Amino acid sequence: MNVIETKQLTKFYGKARGIENVSLSVKEGEIFGFIGPNGAGKSTTIRTLMGLIFPTSGSAEVFGMDILKDGPKIRSEVGYLPSEVFYYDKMRVIDLLKYTAGFYKKDCTVRMHELADLMELDLKRRIEDLSYGNKKKVGIVQGLLHSPKLIVLDEPTSGLDPLMQKKFFDIIEGENKKGATVFFSSHILAEVQALCNRVAIIKDGGIIKLDDIKTLREDNYKKITLRGEGLDPQHFEINGITNMTHSQNGQHELRFFFKGDINLILKQISHETVKDVLIEEPTLEEIFMHYYK
Amino acid sequence: MFNVFKYEFKMLRNSLLIWATTYFSIIFMMMVFYPTFSADVAMVDKIMENYPEELLKAFGMSSGLSLATLLGFFSFTFALTQLFIAIQAANYGFSILSVEEREFTADFLMSKPVSRKAILIAKSSAALLGLWLSFLFIWISSYMAMEIFKEGSAYDVSAFNTLIVSTLFFQLFFFSTGLVISVILKKVRSVLSFSLGLAFGMYILNAMRAIVGGEVLGVLTPFYHFEPGRILETGKIHWSMALISISIILISCLTTIVLYTKRDIHSL
Repeated sequence: MNVIETKQLTKFYGKARGIENVSLSVKEGEIFGFIGPNGAGKSTTIRTLMGLIFPTSGSAEVFGMDILKDGPKIRSEVGYLPSEVFYYDKMRVIDLLKYTAGFYKKDCTVRMHELADLMELDLKRRIEDLSYGNKKKVGIVQGLLHSPKLIVLDEPTSGLDPLMQKKFFDIIEGENKKGATVFFSSHILAEVQALCNRVAIIKDGGIIKLDDIKTLREDNYKKITLRGEGLDPQHFEINGITNMTHSQNGQHELRFFFKGDINLILKQISHETVKDVLIEEPTLEEIFMHYYK
Repeated sequence: MFNVFKYEFKMLRNSLLIWATTYFSIIFMMMVFYPTFSADVAMVDKIMENYPEELLKAFGMSSGLSLATLLGFFSFTFALTQLFIAIQAANYGFSILSVEEREFTADFLMSKPVSRKAILIAKSSAALLGLWLSFLFIWISSYMAMEIFKEGSAYDVSAFNTLIVSTLFFQLFFFSTGLVISVILKKVRSVLSFSLGLAFGMYILNAMRAIVGGEVLGVLTPFYHFEPGRILETGKIHWSMALISISIILISCLTTIVLYTKRDIHSL
């Protein structure tokens, strides 16, 4: 079953593009990564799903319900953590969490305290006295205290120190194991790589690639580095070679990506006099840069 | 939804206390002078004659009721009170929805399982309850002031009550126009300047109407629709004018619902 399904989802802010024809589906129980640089439309997509903004055209369903018609019903099972968190300054942490819990039909007290303990959150302090990182912790607790079936994270880790980030990811993974689906936007690839099953890459408001993390990385792309004397880039004008760089200090060094029949490139390499050959899996980062070219 | 209502009303508590003090001070500090005025009717009327007609008109003091009568004096008191009622109601109207976006808390509230309509209803109910409590407080304060300072003079209680009750419409006018302006605009930066602007704008419009004469300038301002002098003199609400206010209230409410349920909430 698809927990999130968007069809040709489009949002224009006046004439400015937010997203255009975004179609994606997130399956139940998976951790879905949503990567792209700032301004690509990650937040626009998420805010549309949360009912904060309204699509110009296209449609989206969460839990099989229409986001425009069943917003409140959908949101009773969704936990949302935005990238920038703002809460009522005058409230104490505990009051805000109780206010949050009041929106849900179930009793959330136990889970609330569990999470607050886990995040080492001081419940008695006022929101306005909290540091950025601590506000973020409040955000995490208020987003998860009702044990949502879908967790939507919009660049969640900014402002958290590495230790807290680890704790946070542990919690998210724990929720996922309990059955929660996670939709996770980020521009930090390592995070996505470590956590997600599938990713969508978004650029200039449109999805440019939607894949398994594994296929995305494998996708037959190899990162090849050759070192040796007399290496000529012109010998490597083969189909499937991209991102060629050629450096020459003392000895020649050629780096490129190759996609295609690996025998072809091996044959070509065997004609050359090389000192060193390196054939690696590209990191997601490199693939990402590749798509963004 | 009750959750939101409770929170919103709690947020209003301090504001209600401050407004109650304000109303009490205005009404009592004005009415305390009534015994002095009534002591020498002839002198008061003579003093008033010396003021330029336009000035008296602008302050609503040239109507049929003399300042030396209890209701005449109260109409002057209440005209000033109305200005503050307008500021309070407009302030609530401008702030209750816009505050969430100004302080970026809308993301928190609207990602919860409540519909926009429910938010609108909860917030408006809390504000209206606040305004209604203020209205009761004004009624009680006014009645007390009248009884304490009337110096034995009898007055038309039903006209007095009619004027006070008209406050409910008067509040609704400023509350709903505040609301609708706040959802038409992309952002309300300063609630206070907007509410002062709307309240004083309407007040001045009525003052100008009084100086120029005729009804044209008064068509749009509730300070004219519910002018204390006329209500106290005739004992009746001037319905043909009040209906304009009521229509504006209805249009504002409907427009607010339509715009707010479709409003895009922008992030930082």
